[in-house]
Amino acid sequence: MTAELLEVTSFTLLMAALATLVMLPPGLALAWVLARRQFRGRSVLETLVSLPIVIPPVATGLILLQLFGRRGPIGRILEPLGVEVVFTWKAVVIAMAVMGLPLFVRAARAAFEQVDQRYESIAATLGARPWRVFWTVSVPLAWRGVVAGLVLGYSRAVGEFGATIMLAGSLPGTRTLSIAIYRDAELGNDAAVMALIACSVAIGFVAVYGANRAGMTP
Amino acid sequence: MSAIVIEATVQLGAGAKAFRLELPRVGTVRTLALYGPSGAGKTTTLELVAGLLRPDTGTIVIGERVLFDHESGVNLAPHARRIGYVPQDLALFPHLNVRRNVLYGARPAGANPSPADDLERASRLLEIDALLDREVGDLSGGERQRVALARALMTAPDLLLLDEPLASLDRGTRSRIMPYLQAVREEIGTPLVYVSHAADEVRRMAEWVFVLSHGRVVAAGPPNDVL
Repeated sequence: MTAELLEVTSFTLLMAALATLVMLPPGLALAWVLARRQFRGRSVLETLVSLPIVIPPVATGLILLQLFGRRGPIGRILEPLGVEVVFTWKAVVIAMAVMGLPLFVRAARAAFEQVDQRYESIAATLGARPWRVFWTVSVPLAWRGVVAGLVLGYSRAVGEFGATIMLAGSLPGTRTLSIAIYRDAELGNDAAVMALIACSVAIGFVAVYGANRAGMTP
Repeated sequence: MSAIVIEATVQLGAGAKAFRLELPRVGTVRTLALYGPSGAGKTTTLELVAGLLRPDTGTIVIGERVLFDHESGVNLAPHARRIGYVPQDLALFPHLNVRRNVLYGARPAGANPSPADDLERASRLLEIDALLDREVGDLSGGERQRVALARALMTAPDLLLLDEPLASLDRGTRSRIMPYLQAVREEIGTPLVYVSHAADEVRRMAEWVFVLSHGRVVAAGPPNDVL
């Protein structure tokens, strides 16, 4: 394995892991809210969460670019704080998290829906406030689905391309496996492309095989 | 026991059902029973009182304490009602062992009496000491019932609601569990509402019975007079 291959692979795995951490809190909250709460605008929220699955990833990347660019609503807040996102590793994490979030939410939501609400109700009669019920009853009983969702979100993050290249570009400090494959294919580096593809297949295989073996079919 | 007054409409399945139950305070009676056939509204009554079922309209009042009042927007959350509830299916947490199930609703560490004292008392009363380190999936029906009772007692509730505690047990287990229920009634001193469709159980457990039909009280009195 060449130094570049090793670097790109480890960078991708690390960024995907960070993206998974980033998607965890909002993903868990969204999954629980969609599974348990009835409210006006629920369908709109549900649609918004799933939107990155159905619109072209490049379009998602462009939207993120508008948001996090220097003149964007989020970029404008971050710039005075000295935080630059676009074309940095942070952009990779954000693009991966946004693209992985819908898959995580879907799996975790299904898991919460499977939890018998009787347990949550009884926990409340035992004096537990909603926050405690969530962490001590809902999450432990839904953990398989939650972890399966994290595996799905992580796998999606590892393979992310369209949104990442728009927000983070193809620079030495932002180059993930997918972007490296695209770049080497364009340059005609067939051997490097094959090695990168083999690496991607191996990572995907290990993730899905591991999840299946643990009974957490994504 | 304080009077319990429920006047509420509840959405049940496709239609709304009206409840009008006035369970007045009867002298020094601490154990009352709700008796009636399936569909009479016994479990719904308990769930309304425990806060697991939210009425669409109406009020739920225990003594002076308003648990729910649609008009004024009062709806005390289940965790704030201080009502112990043992449902018919027991709902023991499958991911926690017996000890952690029982301690789930324990009072805070600095409380007086301490959670350890409460656990010791519940363990003695319901003889669950040997079960504490077992998984709930390994328990027999009678053992599960005792653990669920202990778990509810650990919260030191103001009122304890027992929903058909013997209904799912075989005859032999039923006769073994009844003394535990009677011990809880005698020793704990917590007012108790016992729901059953079995007249013999009601006679053994309750001092006063309300016979329910379609969400209304149709008869009331000492079990031996009414049943």
